[in-house]
Amino acid sequence: MSNQDKDGLMGWIDARLPVTRTIEKHVTKYYAPKNFNFFYVFGVLAMLVFVNQIVTGIWLTMKYVPSAEEAFRSVEYIMRDVEWGWLIRYMHSTGASMFFVVIYLHMFRALLYGSYQKPRELVWIFGMLLYLLLMAEAFMGYVLPWGQMSYWGAQVIISLFGAVPVIGEPLVEWIRGDYLISGATLNRFFALHVIALPLVLALLVFLHIVALHEVGSNNPDGIDIKKDLDENGVPRDGIPFHPYYTIGKDLVGVIIFLMVFCGIIFFFPTAGGFFLETANFEPADPLTTPENIHPVWYFGAFYSILRAMDFDLFFIEAKLLGVLTMGAAIAILFVLPWLDRSPVRSWRYKGMISRVSIVVFAVAFSILTWLGIQPVTTLNTILAQICTAIYFAFFLGMPFYTRYEKTKPVPERVTNR
Amino acid sequence: MNTMKRLIIIALVALVSGSALGYGEVRPVDNDVRDIESLQRGAQLYFENCVGCHSLEYARFNRVARDLSIPEDLFEEYLLDADRPIGDLMTIAMPEALGAQFFGTTPPDLTLVARVRGTDWIYTFLTGFYEDPIRPYGVNNALYNNVGMPHAMVNQQGLCAEAPGANGCEELVYEGSMSPEEFDLAMVDLTNFLDYMGEPVQVQRQRIGWFVMAFLSVFLVFAWLLYRELWKDVK
Amino acid sequence: MTQDGVNKGRRRFLMGATGVMGAAGGVGVAWPLLASWQPSERAKAVGAPVTVDIGNLEPGEMISIEWRGKPIFIVHRTPEMLETLRSDELRGRLSDPDSGNADQQPEYARNDVRSREEEILVVEGFCTHLGCAPQFRPEVAPQTFDDNWLGGFFCACHGSRFDMAGRVFRGVPAPSNLAVPPHFREGNLLTVGEDGETA
Repeated sequence: MSNQDKDGLMGWIDARLPVTRTIEKHVTKYYAPKNFNFFYVFGVLAMLVFVNQIVTGIWLTMKYVPSAEEAFRSVEYIMRDVEWGWLIRYMHSTGASMFFVVIYLHMFRALLYGSYQKPRELVWIFGMLLYLLLMAEAFMGYVLPWGQMSYWGAQVIISLFGAVPVIGEPLVEWIRGDYLISGATLNRFFALHVIALPLVLALLVFLHIVALHEVGSNNPDGIDIKKDLDENGVPRDGIPFHPYYTIGKDLVGVIIFLMVFCGIIFFFPTAGGFFLETANFEPADPLTTPENIHPVWYFGAFYSILRAMDFDLFFIEAKLLGVLTMGAAIAILFVLPWLDRSPVRSWRYKGMISRVSIVVFAVAFSILTWLGIQPVTTLNTILAQICTAIYFAFFLGMPFYTRYEKTKPVPERVTNR
Repeated sequence: MNTMKRLIIIALVALVSGSALGYGEVRPVDNDVRDIESLQRGAQLYFENCVGCHSLEYARFNRVARDLSIPEDLFEEYLLDADRPIGDLMTIAMPEALGAQFFGTTPPDLTLVARVRGTDWIYTFLTGFYEDPIRPYGVNNALYNNVGMPHAMVNQQGLCAEAPGANGCEELVYEGSMSPEEFDLAMVDLTNFLDYMGEPVQVQRQRIGWFVMAFLSVFLVFAWLLYRELWKDVK
Repeated sequence: MTQDGVNKGRRRFLMGATGVMGAAGGVGVAWPLLASWQPSERAKAVGAPVTVDIGNLEPGEMISIEWRGKPIFIVHRTPEMLETLRSDELRGRLSDPDSGNADQQPEYARNDVRSREEEILVVEGFCTHLGCAPQFRPEVAPQTFDDNWLGGFFCACHGSRFDMAGRVFRGVPAPSNLAVPPHFREGNLLTVGEDGETA
């Protein structure tokens, strides 16, 4: 590397630790395609929210008391008695929901532009593991305030494991550590939420980024910019990540995001009951179930898929079928790179069936999310079943429609549109 | 029946019965948590009529005094029990079992009632008491049917003859010390106080919010100009 | 990729301005986080003034009460103790006999016996070395730690010694006299944590 023979402190350090080399590889000489559109800011935003969650989470841990007797009171203590405690708590609770907003858009971006295709399969898989763990992290975090929704949400979600044949009931007991949701459950969720899962999440974020930077970023045209290098070996369609994205385009995106984020924190911290649910302002009461228990909105889609399976199939009874279907809905995301057989990456150049499918899929997923927080009615169940069918049809049909449909020619160089 | 199904059914029943249990329509209330004088009147009403049974156990006396601009010595003299430190949480002396014995249920803590029920609900509930001889205390509530609570402010309101509808109470069995208009305003003040109590920082939160948004707007202008400037390089 | 024709001055200004905004934003985020480490409303409520009845405190005796998590020593000193405190023999062995360090006591306790009323000593039982609680050793007799002990406080942690007015001896690790907290007395009631109206 060019900086190996540098003098001074940096030279001394670089001879022992690859600081300059790492910064160059990942920032100043990381060549990103110059045609990123606004969809490409969500990776940076996810990092930002991740840092926000870690920092505010550490601060909340300083004041929160993880016990069934004191948890609810300690949250109100943070909201009222701790200087700025309300802000730190709202930053964390808003951050949780915004994390999923950002992640869903980030994943949708990958879907639109085929960012999961070869050679980025590992990037996608690390991303999916992140998504899965993030759901676990968010679920356990939601239990901690020990309000009514915390308690009954945990009750319902943990009961899902009871659907596992034979070992179901013992498994549920083992997860709870008691015969019902109790302080024992709260304490282990606290440990997992503040230590175990964040550590694994941080590791996965690292792997996600290293894997991405090894193969380079995709772009809205789905063109491999490394195929067209100039005399210095730099992609002609690439620009250094720093400064053009860091303090250039991404900073603008970050500030716009912060305006939304702060708008929620300072003006609508409960987001109308979606980010902080009304029933969670009541302490957990094992004897009274609140009206319309449902998971937080970001689990809505998978919860709807679970509930849509209200019938027995052959020898599988409805409860197990629901859990299996929900599991399959998540699992199928992992194999997406091998389902897409299209010769092109971006939906811009895919055929009509692919283009329509992505839109229909996005709509179905949104409807499922919305249905997840609605009460069960006959109509809602039918709607959920239709959307579940669309969900699976999108993935299961992909190997066929992507292979046989007619694609458009892909340009040589990236386009700006 | 397995737990999952049972829970879903409970949720369903609870939702449907929410309207069937005699939860009447709420009437909207227009309260303003910025109105310190209204909050002061509301606090006084609360400490005179409610605090005997309903604690505010997550909040402290001195915070109320400070937020509502009530001088601490006045607060200690008129609103605080003798020999209670003003930094105390607003718990009450009534043991849970005793409350359950009197009212059939423990009177709930009201610190967060505005966040759970909303202000419209509180206002409609407070103005919803009417004469019902069948009930143990001779009163019922139009919003919360068969509530186990007596009409704590019957001396002020008087007793309403029939369940108040969309226009509130129309006819009194006997009058109280307040006129209907005075009572209505008093209940708006009380609702306002409970709204404040649910999130004492809410006014300050919004004020800070405007500063943050203004800051970010200026930041955005500079960042945008910098972006345009840097991207002149990119052809 | 070319930087030809770039207005360097404009670019530098925009970078600077954006940098300043970013730094200000960083401070804006750091401030609430750091401020949240201050004592909470609960800590303040617990740290409120404490009142104790000292009507039964006999001469020569000490009681210890808690204020803000620290032990507060209240000693009813005898005339002999006061006499010793004023003796040149003792004063010569102290490092700050006249309470020159104004931070260690309120103005009303800045006198030759470091108290608001001669007999009643109120000091924090919080060694000025590293915060251990000193022991009350009123007996005037040779000790293992001092052959010529005239009565006072001894910190077992690192051997710091203080006299019956909380004044520190020379040649011990503790740098200053024991602190006198704000206090006032009404009849038999002594309140620690407030100066009272006559302050």
